[in-house]
Amino acid sequence: MAGRVRQIILPALAAALVAGLVLVPLGAVVIRAGGFSALRGTDLSALWFTLWQAALSAALSCLLAVPVARALNRRRFAGRSVLISLMGAPFILPTIVAVMGLIAVFGRRGAVNAGFAALGLPNVTIYGAHGVILAHVFFNLPLATRMILHGWQAIPAERFRLAASLGFGPGTVQRHLEKPMLRAVLPGAFLAIFLVCLTSFAVALTLGGGPRATTVELAIYQAFRFDFDLGRAASLALVQVGICLAALALAARLTAPPAFGAGLDRAPMRFGGGRALALQDLLAIAGAALFLLGPISAIVLRGLPALPDLAPGIWAACGTSLGLAATSTLLTLALALPLALAAPRHPWAEGAAMLPMVASSLVLGTGLFLMARPFVNPTSLALPVTLLANAALSLPFVVRLLIPEVRVLQADYDRLAASLNLRGLARLRLLTLPRLARPLGFGAGLAAAFSMGDLGVITLFSDGETKTLPLALFQLMGAYRMDQAAAAACLLTTLTFALFWACDRIGHHADPR
Amino acid sequence: MRKTLMLAGLLAATSAVADEKPVLTVYAPDYFTSEWGPGPAIEKGFEAICACDLKFVAGDVLPRILLEGERTEADAVIGLNTDVTARARATGLFAPHNEDTSILTLPIAWTDDTFLPFNWGETAFVYDKTKLANPPQSFQDLLDAPDSLKIAIQDPRSSISGLALLLWVKGVYGDKASEAWAKLAPKVLTVTPGWSESYGLFTDGEVDMVLSYTTSPAYHLIAENDDTKVAAIFPEGHYFMTEVAAQLRTTDQPELTQKFMDFILSDAFQGMIATANWSYPAVIKPGFLPEQFAALPRPAKTIFFDEAQAEALRQPALDEWLAAFGK
Amino acid sequence: MLTLDKLHIQQGDFTLRADFTVPHGALCAVIGPSGAGKSTLLAAVAGFLPPAGGRILWQGQDITHAAPGARPLSILFQDQNLFPHLSVTQNLGLGLNPKLRLSTSDHAKIAAALTRVGLADLGARKPAELSGGQQSRVALARALLRARPLLLLDEPFAALGPALKSDMLALVAEIAAEQGTTVLMVSHDPADARTLCSQTILVAEGTAHPPQDTAALLDHPPAALAAYLGA
Repeated sequence: MAGRVRQIILPALAAALVAGLVLVPLGAVVIRAGGFSALRGTDLSALWFTLWQAALSAALSCLLAVPVARALNRRRFAGRSVLISLMGAPFILPTIVAVMGLIAVFGRRGAVNAGFAALGLPNVTIYGAHGVILAHVFFNLPLATRMILHGWQAIPAERFRLAASLGFGPGTVQRHLEKPMLRAVLPGAFLAIFLVCLTSFAVALTLGGGPRATTVELAIYQAFRFDFDLGRAASLALVQVGICLAALALAARLTAPPAFGAGLDRAPMRFGGGRALALQDLLAIAGAALFLLGPISAIVLRGLPALPDLAPGIWAACGTSLGLAATSTLLTLALALPLALAAPRHPWAEGAAMLPMVASSLVLGTGLFLMARPFVNPTSLALPVTLLANAALSLPFVVRLLIPEVRVLQADYDRLAASLNLRGLARLRLLTLPRLARPLGFGAGLAAAFSMGDLGVITLFSDGETKTLPLALFQLMGAYRMDQAAAAACLLTTLTFALFWACDRIGHHADPR
Repeated sequence: MRKTLMLAGLLAATSAVADEKPVLTVYAPDYFTSEWGPGPAIEKGFEAICACDLKFVAGDVLPRILLEGERTEADAVIGLNTDVTARARATGLFAPHNEDTSILTLPIAWTDDTFLPFNWGETAFVYDKTKLANPPQSFQDLLDAPDSLKIAIQDPRSSISGLALLLWVKGVYGDKASEAWAKLAPKVLTVTPGWSESYGLFTDGEVDMVLSYTTSPAYHLIAENDDTKVAAIFPEGHYFMTEVAAQLRTTDQPELTQKFMDFILSDAFQGMIATANWSYPAVIKPGFLPEQFAALPRPAKTIFFDEAQAEALRQPALDEWLAAFGK
Repeated sequence: MLTLDKLHIQQGDFTLRADFTVPHGALCAVIGPSGAGKSTLLAAVAGFLPPAGGRILWQGQDITHAAPGARPLSILFQDQNLFPHLSVTQNLGLGLNPKLRLSTSDHAKIAAALTRVGLADLGARKPAELSGGQQSRVALARALLRARPLLLLDEPFAALGPALKSDMLALVAEIAAEQGTTVLMVSHDPADARTLCSQTILVAEGTAHPPQDTAALLDHPPAALAAYLGA
């Protein structure tokens, strides 16, 4: 019994920290506001828009990701792993940069419309609700693809071998191997993306074409900054938390654990298949690569010419951002691992890990400020608060990535490890870390990239002196220096991706398989 | 969203140098303290005369003051816009600036004894004259232009220039503002959270015109030697925007703070605003504006709602705006 | 001496009761119809299934609530007996030291155990590079190294061919005799039970019966067993 209790101390601490970070500031705002205020009609339409666009974005991302992940799983070609890494890039790009790239490709003066015009076709516009959804699919297709691809890779090669030996055609393989895996992976992927899109702010504003595309997050912003109505902001924030919890509960009911059993880490088989399948896979991969890499190439190409003109201050900002990213990544992993390991047995661990997704950063920042203010000068807390907030914001993704693999790990090896008395740090070192190296590397890459791209979670804590790369980018834009801003965007994109790629590679490298 | 991320710890060591001198804490918006903003020049100029350490705290100025109340550490604030002065005044935290506002050279009369303007400009739609051959000659022209003319504007709920546009339309069209918005809405390619994103869309050629300022072409003329960017000047008038500074009643070093308020209207401060902030200084004296800046076309009429009027118009104007785009 | 004292196992609707003692050093078969609870019984003894009632004792000492790894036993599962990402040597080393800090003498012991099961020189391989029979031998070698007085076999050799399986069972018997190990061995093959195990526990109809003489039981099976044996 004592062992049981000891096992949940760490996850319970992590969960308490995260839940406290999300909920206590909300409470502080409510107390300061003297209670909740009623919502307005426009808030309700914002809620409706938020819900349907998030659901549609998540559904489309997942739907499109299935053929791409399947093709990537069963095809082997030169540059495959680089392509997989590269295709993850949109998800980790700072919003503002990604929107620049999308406009360069799909905008009025973008490549797509130039092509359409050459063919005598009418213009298409990216601005409107469909633009918001296009952008959300652009952001989240990589996440869905990676989650599903992980699922595929988690099916032991032995099962595919068995399928081949039984003469299964693609349809039968789909029914017996792929469908159960998708049943297990898709609800989680859908939920993660749904929640990302729920709190969308800048995308919806820039590509939404107007106030019809108002999200709850923007409504919170308005309540804070335009109306100075803390009570309404708190009500809206509570609505967001409510949606998150409802979505989590729903996904928990829909998630079916996969039951493939363990394999012996044999190398995956080459997949033959017919010419039609090969063509289908080629189209899926090429289409996704073009869709995901086009805008990114546009950002990089647009920024390259002005790179030499960048002020030296930019390099200091790069250093600050990198240091921040490294530290908050470590913090993320330290929070994510205990929570993910506890999640299969204790649903509260997963719930706590998901909470930060709906934390409105404005509410978070204001609440923390109100709490810190009576005791210390908030400016002196800038570093810990920033790190903690960054770590919390990437936590849901890392935990989501880990949970399916933790389930497999525990189903396959818990009894053996227990019978050998493999516990504590030894278990972490010899079993947990090696078997989870891949998702850990990927998760670390995400956390690092999110931190790199973060404009700063908490403006109320700022001291006005330290500058990160995204902030420098914004300041350049705000000072008319659009070419230099493009160069900073190019730099930010490249650095963010390099950091992500390095973590992902380390994960692969550390995977003993 | 403009959010700042600042690491006190990392730079604490470097700022410990001036610990002998008194520290003047001034809250300012994010853009202010960047190396491309006016902050560094102001800091240098004031520290040369004050024997003090001027410390800018960048971020959300008013929300921070509102949350801190009496216990704020700010001695002064700079960079507030007129849209929030009513709320700032209502806190009772601000003291009179004690400056002579008669020396101001604003296009409107300014008698506020609490909030002191240090720069100004007017909203305008900016276009590229090599790409837009027949720009609208008036606001009405803009409304009547074909819907294929695409403009980018800012969201009034998140952007001060977006709010200024609401008031501009209200000022030109009054009770007919709804109809004006109905005509303008189809030309709005998109609404961005802040000015920067809109302006980026414009410089990338994505929109024909962008909601910006009459002074925007000055940057391109002076810094880039580019005369293609032009502000369309409308006879109906343009909306006046100014940024103000104020001192806190709660400051524990009122003399130093007053000295900072004095400095704001000094030649040293006013003389560098034009190219540091790309706007007109509140006091224009000969030599304060570079030649090309001075040569910019000026609207014949300036529209401005004072604090009370603007506060009263804000919500109805926003509702009209939302309704126009809701269709 | 393993004592199951009024042991009561409950899994949903499924109930299994056991109340008997297995003598020290016995080689004891566990047979019974499919789904009767043979593996469940072993899982409970090994500590993977907390009993609803009763006690498990080893040499008179209550181990009912001991952690699986702290029990005086080794267990070989039907599959998943090895960690695929660790080498054979590392898999064996876990039997000596779960932290895998292995001394020179530990390495010597591992080499000796490998030789004992006929796998000398294969220590550097990963499990996937071994045949099924070789994998079983590695698992058995680890049990040999752990030298626990009780060995539970939950059909670890079921996937092997008949000749290989006989070899492995013979090896188990040999090692058990050498170390004085008590063995509980789930079996589907009455012939295995007859050749190796003097005693047999019959698991049927919710009860694990006390060990009885294998030959007598198989020659005169009760109705439940008879149906299963097809006799």
